[in-house]
Amino acid sequence: MEIWRLPISASQRGKLISAGYTSLSSLSSISSSDLARELKVSESEAMNILKVASHSRGSETSNASCSIVEGAQSAWDMLHDEESLMHITTSSADLDNILGGGIHCKEVTEIGGVPGIGKTQLGIQVAVNVQIPNDFGGLGGKAIYIDTEGSFMVERAFQIAEACIEDMSEYNRFLRKDFQECKIKMLPQDILENIFYFRICSYTEQIALINYLDKFLSEHKDVKVIVVDSVTFHFRQDFDDMALRTRVLSGMALKLMNLAKRFSLAVVLLNQVTTKHTEASFQLALALGDSWSHTCTNRIVLYWNGNERYAYIDKSPSLRSASAAYSVTARGIRNSSSSCKRIKMM
Amino acid sequence: MANKLISEIPLPKSIANVFSARNISTAKDALTLTEFELMELLDVGLTEVRSALSQISEIVAPPYQTALSLMEQRFQNEHLGGHFPTGLKGLDAALCGGIPFGVLTELVGPAGIGKTQFCLKLSLLASLPTNYGGLDGRVIYIDVESKFSSRRLLEIGLRSFPEIFQMKEMAQEMAGRILVLRPTSLAEFTQSLEQIKVSLLQKQVKMLVIDSMAALVSGEHEQGARRQQTLSWHISFIKSLAEFSRIPVVVTNQVRSRNHEDASRYSFQVQSRDGAIGTTMQYDSHLVAALGIQWAHAVTTRLVLEAKSGERFIKVAKSPISPPLAFPFHITSSGILLLSDDGKEVMGPEINAIHCQGHNEIINFGMEGLH
Repeated sequence: MEIWRLPISASQRGKLISAGYTSLSSLSSISSSDLARELKVSESEAMNILKVASHSRGSETSNASCSIVEGAQSAWDMLHDEESLMHITTSSADLDNILGGGIHCKEVTEIGGVPGIGKTQLGIQVAVNVQIPNDFGGLGGKAIYIDTEGSFMVERAFQIAEACIEDMSEYNRFLRKDFQECKIKMLPQDILENIFYFRICSYTEQIALINYLDKFLSEHKDVKVIVVDSVTFHFRQDFDDMALRTRVLSGMALKLMNLAKRFSLAVVLLNQVTTKHTEASFQLALALGDSWSHTCTNRIVLYWNGNERYAYIDKSPSLRSASAAYSVTARGIRNSSSSCKRIKMM
Repeated sequence: MANKLISEIPLPKSIANVFSARNISTAKDALTLTEFELMELLDVGLTEVRSALSQISEIVAPPYQTALSLMEQRFQNEHLGGHFPTGLKGLDAALCGGIPFGVLTELVGPAGIGKTQFCLKLSLLASLPTNYGGLDGRVIYIDVESKFSSRRLLEIGLRSFPEIFQMKEMAQEMAGRILVLRPTSLAEFTQSLEQIKVSLLQKQVKMLVIDSMAALVSGEHEQGARRQQTLSWHISFIKSLAEFSRIPVVVTNQVRSRNHEDASRYSFQVQSRDGAIGTTMQYDSHLVAALGIQWAHAVTTRLVLEAKSGERFIKVAKSPISPPLAFPFHITSSGILLLSDDGKEVMGPEINAIHCQGHNEIINFGMEGLH
């Protein structure tokens, strides 16, 4: 359905087309304030345009013959969606760089590594960083932390939250050169209040919770990240029937992907490591098997390289394989302190 | 929650009947099947299956808590916010109060380094009343290798807390709180664990010590994958025990030589020509913790005890809250003592390495007051 069919004034139509909005679906995911800014019109005008657009779209879906396949979206329209993709920063600029801005929303990202490399630390950091307000470039959303192993430590989350707020105040002071002590009104307790913590004790509870999240997320629409720490634990212990395990895991992954897309949130799955016998030697590999390795959209491996912690993009549809160093400090995940920071492209 | 009966869940009568007719009695049975399989099995449509599954899931899924209420709850109800102070100031400071409740803390190190000594001291501390820094409760000590010495325990008590242990009744009371189990096989251990879970709360057990986990398995099977499988159930069980009772669980682990099965690189690392990777292999010690990588993932805090250049160190190798610090220690008649409360920060994977240098001299040093 084209823009020129909309009952809006010619000047508005012209502005829309020159700004790049040539179809109705491209208007579906934009807010009125963003549209007002792009078209350089008042916000009430932008709201009107959007209302008219959604009206027409509503009547359009009743004539199913307009689109070739129901529910399909053209790649051009998806490009707009992809470009306006939100990211969650990891607080390490190098890591954010290789991730293309941060952890992507609407996608499932799997992060795995040996014990002690910092998976839970990264999980907590992401659960805190998703709450960074819009003014500071964050999503201002809430977090769901699903803990299957009991590794979530509230004191650590408090520490990381405190450091995050301090960094924001620092940034604020740096930006506003009028030396006014623009104190951030957030407290670490507020950040902790926005993390919904679930403790899972068996794989049945894990499956049940992921089914239930559908309802939970409809009631809590401001959740923007789901962290599962770790997705592996309960699936390594009780299963004798490996085929069943594969089926259950892929069902779970599909549901999570569905949730990510529908509610526009990021899903971060933390995975453990196992040894694999390949080519006459034993190597480390992420757990849960080969079939699982296909299910996640993005895959990041955290590993030791010399004395540094590195993250490697093992699999991603849009990012190239690269690795970057990061460190775990008392304030959370930060850039590695080595002066010659190299981002290795593979 | 996983074994909740379908009959107890308020489902529409028609679908509840179909579930029981097809022998799907617990939530676990229903949730492990995919929607398609359920449709086929129950011969009902997708919408009915979906609504039944969502109702079952809602009941079985655990309730949520905000992290803030979790923190407040821990600080209100638990001793020091859920930490058990070890009495070693530097270590307690690093661990944000002490050994955390509700999760597994592992002590790993070569033979004779002081793991059992540490366990004895901790058991003693846990039995003490709260004004002496204890948990005022019973301790279950699972002694697999028959290393528990009550004489040594009382000696530690006498030297560290003379005001309590000089009185015979008090000494008896404290020592009476430490219950020692000596399972002779993995099967017996399994049985004891199940019994413990049942009576944990009633008997006011405040700490569980397993010394050592590795010894249980070493006699039973060949190494590698078979051993991992044997332990999976136990790992899961002990973790859930710790979790629901919110007590500290201390487990000791042994070391073994590195063999060809121990991997340390990923497939993408092998192909890389970066020189930095090669150097890691050179500095790796030839000792690794027994019990494998699955166990290493399951423990929340790992304390490595090692001997290096004639000194002993206790290193925090894995912890959700502590940086990688190493504290020098020695063993005296009153147990383990830190030589310095300021830990030295260890860079890189060196924190996980286990050294055993100059060991023979150390076994004799510092143990004079023992027998």
